[in-house]
Amino acid sequence: MNHSMPDGSPYVPKWAEISRIEKLTESEKLFELRLSNGQPLGHKPGQFVEVSVLGIGEAPISISSPPINDNSFELAVRKVGNVTNAMHNLGVGGKLGIRGPFGTNFPIDEAKGKDILFVAGGIGLVPLRSFIKFVLENRKDYGEVTVLFGARNPSEQLFLSELEQWRGRKDISYLETVDRADENWKGNVGVITTLFPKVQVDPAKTICVVVGPPVMYRFVIMETKAKGIPDKQIFLSLERRMKCGLGKCGHCQINNIYVCQDGPVLRYSDIFALEEAL
Amino acid sequence: MADTGFLPKENLPALLEALSKKFAVFAPVLDGEVVLFKRFAPGATLCLTRPANLPPKGIIFPQSETLFNFNFKKDPEDPKKTSLELKENLDFVPTIIFGSRPCDAQGFRIYDRVYLETDTADPYYKGRREKTTIITLACNAPSPGCFCTSVGRGPAESDGSDLMMTELGKGYFFEPMTEKGKEIFKDSLFEDGSAYKEQAQKAHERVSALVKKPFAILEGTPEKLLSLFENSQFWEGETAKCISCGACTYLCPTCYCFNITDEQVGNSGERIRSWDACMFFHFTLEASSHNPRQNKHQRLKNRVGHKFSYYPKKYQGVIACCGCGRCIRYCPMSVDISEIVAHAQGA
Repeated sequence: MNHSMPDGSPYVPKWAEISRIEKLTESEKLFELRLSNGQPLGHKPGQFVEVSVLGIGEAPISISSPPINDNSFELAVRKVGNVTNAMHNLGVGGKLGIRGPFGTNFPIDEAKGKDILFVAGGIGLVPLRSFIKFVLENRKDYGEVTVLFGARNPSEQLFLSELEQWRGRKDISYLETVDRADENWKGNVGVITTLFPKVQVDPAKTICVVVGPPVMYRFVIMETKAKGIPDKQIFLSLERRMKCGLGKCGHCQINNIYVCQDGPVLRYSDIFALEEAL
Repeated sequence: MADTGFLPKENLPALLEALSKKFAVFAPVLDGEVVLFKRFAPGATLCLTRPANLPPKGIIFPQSETLFNFNFKKDPEDPKKTSLELKENLDFVPTIIFGSRPCDAQGFRIYDRVYLETDTADPYYKGRREKTTIITLACNAPSPGCFCTSVGRGPAESDGSDLMMTELGKGYFFEPMTEKGKEIFKDSLFEDGSAYKEQAQKAHERVSALVKKPFAILEGTPEKLLSLFENSQFWEGETAKCISCGACTYLCPTCYCFNITDEQVGNSGERIRSWDACMFFHFTLEASSHNPRQNKHQRLKNRVGHKFSYYPKKYQGVIACCGCGRCIRYCPMSVDISEIVAHAQGA
């Protein structure tokens, strides 16, 4: 398909072509994309884009890759709504509309020289992966790196070949668990908080980044508190129904915060008091 | 040319007809039992005696509008190939909103901070707003439920209007507020208004004193509301009778939330923007089925909080409610936002 778009309006998407599709699980696929204009997306780890399938609609999707030299970027998508189901029906060469990148990024600068504790629950690994890979690519800029990953069961683990690499790396601690094991699983069984007793942190110099389903945050925060990590050193990424990405449509608002602009990455100390945030 | 003008009432239709030649003129007309802003046509029954049931916000921010059209065009040579044509409509016609009320014009000022005076101006709002001239009629009597003076505004407030008019006996006193207003004012139908200026001023003061004051803006209202944010008991009590119908948001000159959807028939379609409302359960429902705002009291709390706390915090204390009272007048359950704010101040 040839696609040309007028430029300028913040509501009109740019086009991106799917250059690779990888099936991650029964319900998640990874899409590698490149903008048709040849430009880089220009995102930072933690940001998101509005993805269009014309005729179906638009949905906010987090970017799963750090900035990559060849201008590609990756979206890992669970088929759960109209747009994501339509995405799953596309093949290599298919085109998607892209607006963005939008929102705040993970604390790539603030975490420099500090230890980082990554906590990913389920498809929370999708956005967090952009930061984990960024840190691994710039490993010397950061201190101790610990990655905790929890999935409901082994078949819902994402990015299997990358997890395999992380298991073997000497310069990070990678710990994983599943809520329910299958016959082949030999690792930890239990919710993600069961990994915390296995982790040693220096709370004063640790940045903790947590992404997972809403129910997970409350329990993880209890663990970070027990470890003495200050709330202002904890970062979360919030999911919301974001329509415009421009701080206008109102869907993602929590009190003063527009998650599409003030988030999706937010400091826990800024949102702990908001009933609707977590 | 005089600074102010006077137009005898019998000349009003002639003025609107003259303006209709150059502008799309929208004016409040009686439609059955309700007053609505409609495209003015000669012979239309204007109704200037009470505020329109619906504010004129839809003239600049339509209830539903096409952001762009798309068309997947098949290649006649190769039936497997298609190309996409996309057309964004940014061509807006010069428009006049005639006979809005000061609260209605204030509504657009509240929009402006979000849709115009920002790094990411909204091209559709901006296009219409810049091509629209607002001629506002100062109120000569409050309507039931009005409370504009409580939110720092008034029945003759001119901010947001290009040309102000005040009814004085046999005619209307006109005062241009902007360059756009002065353009309209050039019409030869206007007489010199300088003799009426003082009379208009007195009329404004008289009406202002008649508007009920359920509360006065106190320093710290935004903080007070924020401090109540987690008090579910307060909000459950205040919102018990609300049925989440969303009528308040559709009638509100300052409610600006929207949804974006696609519609496609065959190979062509459009991306549409429509008014949306934080009163609806689906407004915050995510595809995962997680809904951060599931309960009715959280939704109405958001509406009150947005107008009286979050928006003022973001925009130098400006309250995002113009006090028009429509949400009170037309609420099927008589939920009264001014009462909720008064209770919050006293809580």
